Amino acid sequence: MEKTQGFLKFRPEAELDLGFIDEVAKMPDGKTLYNCIQCGTCSGTCPLAIYMDYSPRRIIAMTRAGFKNEVLSSFTIWLCASCYECSVECPRRIKIADFMAELKQISLREGFYSNQFKSTVLAREFFKLVQKRGRSSEFWVAFLIYLKTNPIQILRLIPFGIKLLLKGRVNLKLERVKEPRQIKILLEAISSNQNKVSV
Amino acid sequence: MIAVFRTLGVELEELEDWNCCGATAYMSIDEMKAFALASRNLALAERQNGNKSVMVTPCSGCYLVLSKTQRYYSEYDEVKEVIDKALESIGLNYSGSVRIKHPLDVIVNDIGLPTVMEKVRKPLFGLKIIPYYGCQIVRPYAVFDDAEDPTSLDKLIWSIGGKVIDWPLKTRCCGGSLIGTFEEIGVSLSFILLKEAKKRGADVIATVCPLCQFNLECYQREMEKKFNEKLGIPVLFFTQLLGLAFGLSEKELGLNKMFSQMKLL
Repeated sequence: MEKTQGFLKFRPEAELDLGFIDEVAKMPDGKTLYNCIQCGTCSGTCPLAIYMDYSPRRIIAMTRAGFKNEVLSSFTIWLCASCYECSVECPRRIKIADFMAELKQISLREGFYSNQFKSTVLAREFFKLVQKRGRSSEFWVAFLIYLKTNPIQILRLIPFGIKLLLKGRVNLKLERVKEPRQIKILLEAISSNQNKVSV
Repeated sequence: MIAVFRTLGVELEELEDWNCCGATAYMSIDEMKAFALASRNLALAERQNGNKSVMVTPCSGCYLVLSKTQRYYSEYDEVKEVIDKALESIGLNYSGSVRIKHPLDVIVNDIGLPTVMEKVRKPLFGLKIIPYYGCQIVRPYAVFDDAEDPTSLDKLIWSIGGKVIDWPLKTRCCGGSLIGTFEEIGVSLSFILLKEAKKRGADVIATVCPLCQFNLECYQREMEKKFNEKLGIPVLFFTQLLGLAFGLSEKELGLNKMFSQMKLL
């Protein structure tokens, strides 16, 4: 991570992936990315921009310039909480929040993050749980995240967990739909029908 | 919420055998699978209640995922095709007719404020309430209210006698699921909201999303320790406030499950 966090003002063209933008633009309405005028409205409205390593505007610029590695291993894409402030304000109507989600997908698919990284663990565990049972359980997902990333933290959270339980705010029971197999078939049908649909 | 709707003369019915909508986490793994999960719910709703079904979802996340699925399903043929095939494999079909609504939309626009006012038994006179909309209920699809300055919750609060506090952070993000992944950042975002609320002398914050409610309410102790500032503001789901004004019991409204106890009127 250290390496990608600093400024990268110059890279020889041979090291860049100039096709990256075309790959990303396959998402629904992704073509609008070519329209970005780099005005910075997205970065200005983003409540998380100050915590990001690259601002949303820069992520778009870097995507277009082919800095694939830097973009896909940035914290920015995982810090996006999908609040859609940028998408609403963008004067060029770029769906920036959806674009961030697309980058998350590519980043996961191509393995840019380790299994120690909480955001990816959250996404994966949540995915698995829903795939298996059709319903999620906040308590167990949270538990698994900490178990897989930072088990010692669990000790610190025990009092909080107990309080939640006593107040009846979380449920330890793992719920499921009547026939969990249905969900599995449904999701498998998607993978077999889909060759990365471009719309 | 069910009790409040019942008071207003609307009976809610649970969607039989519902599944998780997939939330934003699913979107970041595989968009099409997220659509598939959401559309299973939509198809079930259609089967249960026919072509004129209205699906009411109190969570902004579910609301967004379902609306987004609905839109993509009707706007992009490629999406429709894949989803239809997948649904077929589990013996369901969907014609795209279910309407997805947030309870706030239903109460303010369908049931109407006059009906709400009629039912008020114990008006919340003098209670300073902050209307907090959060992000995904008005964005990106501002269906029933303005994306930058929504006002439906404000009107609702007025109609039950509360005093609305001017609050520029109405639609600012609470941090959402970041509280589980980048805890410090998530907590700071929620803290900004609470601090501003405190500064403006709020008695209570009304939310329209369960996750906002959770973030703002349950982490207050932690924030107080971290930022060395006293908070202690109750955060209620907006229907809980309505219920209070209708004179429903604390237990019916789930107020016994709250972290920060509210001094009742």
